[in-house]
Amino acid sequence: MDPLETKKTYQDYVDKKSPNSPIIKNCFNAFWVGGLICTIGQIILNICKERGFDTSTSGTIVSILLIGISAFLTGLNLFNKIGKFAGAGSLIPITGFANSIVSPAMEYKSEGYVMGVGGKMFTVAGPVLVFGISTSILIGIIYLIFNTQSITLV
Amino acid sequence: MDGLICIIGQILIDKTKLTPARILVIFVTTGAILGGLGVYQYLVDFAGAGATVPLTGFGYNLAKGAIEATQQMGLVGSFVGGVKAAAGGIAAAVFFGYLAALISKPKMKKQ
Amino acid sequence: MERIGKQTIKFNNPPTILECASIVGPKEAQGPLAKYFDQTLEDEFWGEKTWEKAESKIIKETVNTVISKSGVPSEKIDYMFAGDLLNQCISSSFGLRELNIPFFGVFGACSTFVESLSLGAVFVESVAENVLCATSSHFCSAEKQFRFPLELGNQRPPTSQWTVTGSGAAILTKNGSGPYITNITPGKIVDMGIKDGNNMGAAMAPAFADTLIAHFKDTGRNPSYYDAIISGDLGYVGKEIVIDILKSKGYNIKSNYNDCGILIFDKASQDTHSGGSGCACCGTVFSGYFFKQLKEKKIKKMLLIATGALMNSTTSQQGESIPGIAHAISIEI
Repeated sequence: MDPLETKKTYQDYVDKKSPNSPIIKNCFNAFWVGGLICTIGQIILNICKERGFDTSTSGTIVSILLIGISAFLTGLNLFNKIGKFAGAGSLIPITGFANSIVSPAMEYKSEGYVMGVGGKMFTVAGPVLVFGISTSILIGIIYLIFNTQSITLV
Repeated sequence: MDGLICIIGQILIDKTKLTPARILVIFVTTGAILGGLGVYQYLVDFAGAGATVPLTGFGYNLAKGAIEATQQMGLVGSFVGGVKAAAGGIAAAVFFGYLAALISKPKMKKQ
Repeated sequence: MERIGKQTIKFNNPPTILECASIVGPKEAQGPLAKYFDQTLEDEFWGEKTWEKAESKIIKETVNTVISKSGVPSEKIDYMFAGDLLNQCISSSFGLRELNIPFFGVFGACSTFVESLSLGAVFVESVAENVLCATSSHFCSAEKQFRFPLELGNQRPPTSQWTVTGSGAAILTKNGSGPYITNITPGKIVDMGIKDGNNMGAAMAPAFADTLIAHFKDTGRNPSYYDAIISGDLGYVGKEIVIDILKSKGYNIKSNYNDCGILIFDKASQDTHSGGSGCACCGTVFSGYFFKQLKEKKIKKMLLIATGALMNSTTSQQGESIPGIAHAISIEI
C-alpha cells in the first residue's frame, strides 16, 4: 500500500500511525484536580457565607481568591507543571482563565510594560471575554424581547 | 461536579485539535447560554462551587447578571449587567496578571 | 560541478567540511549526546535579558568557536550562509552583524542547516575559498512565536516535538582533505495536506521521501551505499512513517536510517514526546556527533537530509496545511 496515493489516504494513514493521548489517565487526573479546585472554592464559599456575605458576593470572593492563587502559582513558574499533569482539570476552572491572562503577560514582559505586558495580556483569554460578554448582552436583549415567565428563572 | 465538567474538557483536548483558548470560549459560551435558559441554575443549586468555579460558571454569572439588570433597567441593563456581575473576576485577573508579570519572569519548562 | 539526473548536483572538486562547532542548551546537555557538543549552557537566558538575545548570542558564540577551532581567520572567510526560525531570521542577522563577512540569510525552516551547507558548497566549488554555514533555534523563542506562552498550563500531545536550543556551525573549504560534500539534492516543496502543527513529523515525512528517492534515482545509488542515512527532525512518528513510505516505493532503509530528533534526547527520561526539532536539531547533532564520527572514520558515507515545515503562526491560524521540504547532502571521506 502506498500511503502517499492521495492526501486523504495519507491523512488516514497518519491518524492510524500517530500515538493517541493517554485519555483515561488524563481524564482521571482532570477529574480529581478539577474536583479539588472546586472543593477549595466551596470551602472559601462556606467561610464567606458564615461571615455573613450574601451568595453573589461570596461567589465573587471565591473567584478573586482562586484567580489570585492561580496568578501566584503562574508567577512561581508552577502552574504550567500543574497544567501539564491535570490538563482540563486546571484549565476549565477559573484558574485556567487566570493562567491564560498571566502567562502571556509574563511572556511579553520583554517587549515592555505597556505594549508588552499590557497589550499582550489578552492574547489567549481575550476571546473568552469577547464571547462571554457578547453572549450575555444577547441574552439580555432576548430576555427583553421575550419577557415571559418561562425564561424568568433567575 | 466540576470533575465531570473537566472530563468533558479533557476529552475535547485529547480527541479534537482545539486550542486551549477555543475550549475556554466554548465553555464560557455554553455556560452563558445554559444560564440564559435557566438550566445552569439547577447545577449551581445542586453542586455549589462545583458549578460556579468552572468557566461555565463564569458564563452563567454573565448571563444571570445581564438578565437581572435587564429586569431592572431594560436595554441598558442588557449591556451593563453581564460585565458588572463578572467585574470582580475580570478585574482580579487583570490586576494579578500585571502584578505577576512585574515580579516574575517566565522560565523554561523542564519537561 | 555538474547536474546529474533531475535535481542533484555532483561536485567535481568536492568541498571539504573543515571544522564544525556546536553549543546546546541545558536540556540537550542532559541528553545522550551531551559529551559531543563544544559547550553546554546552564540556563536558556545565558545572561541575556530576552530569549531572542540569548539565541543570537548562541549562534554568535558558536560561529566564533568554529572560527577559532578551524584556524581560518575570519578575514579569510569569503561568505556566510545562516538562518533560523524567528521572524525575518533575526537570530542570525543580529548574532552575526559584527562579523564583517558577506552574509546570505537563508530560510528553510528546520532544513536550514543543510540548505546553508548546500549553497555554501556551490560557492566553494565556484568562487569562494572558505564559506561559513550556521543555524540556530531556541525552545523558548520558538514556543513564544509559534505556540503558546511558556507559563500556560497546557498539555503537549504525544506527536509533538521539542525545539532544540542551540546552534551548529560549519566551515567549508576548497582544498581540504575531507570529509567531502560530494552531492547535493535540493528538495521540492511537498504538501500532503497535514494541518496538525503538533504533528510536524507527519507533515515533513513526504518531502523527505521525495528528496531521498530523487537522490537515489539521480545518483543511481541505493540505500545500502550509505553507512548512515540521517534525517533532521522527523522524530519517532516521522521515522516510522518514512520507513513505511520508502518500503512501499521499493526501498528498505530500516537498517541504516535514523533521525537527529530521536538521537538528541532520551525519550523515556526527558519526556520529549516524539523527539527533538528545530534548525539546531540537525545543526548540533551533525556538528557535534556525526562530524566527529566522519573524522574518526567510524562512518565513511552518510546522507544528511534536513527536513523543514514551511509554515508560520498566521498560516496555521488560517487553517492552511503545512508544506514540507527536505534537502539532502551526501558526505564521504
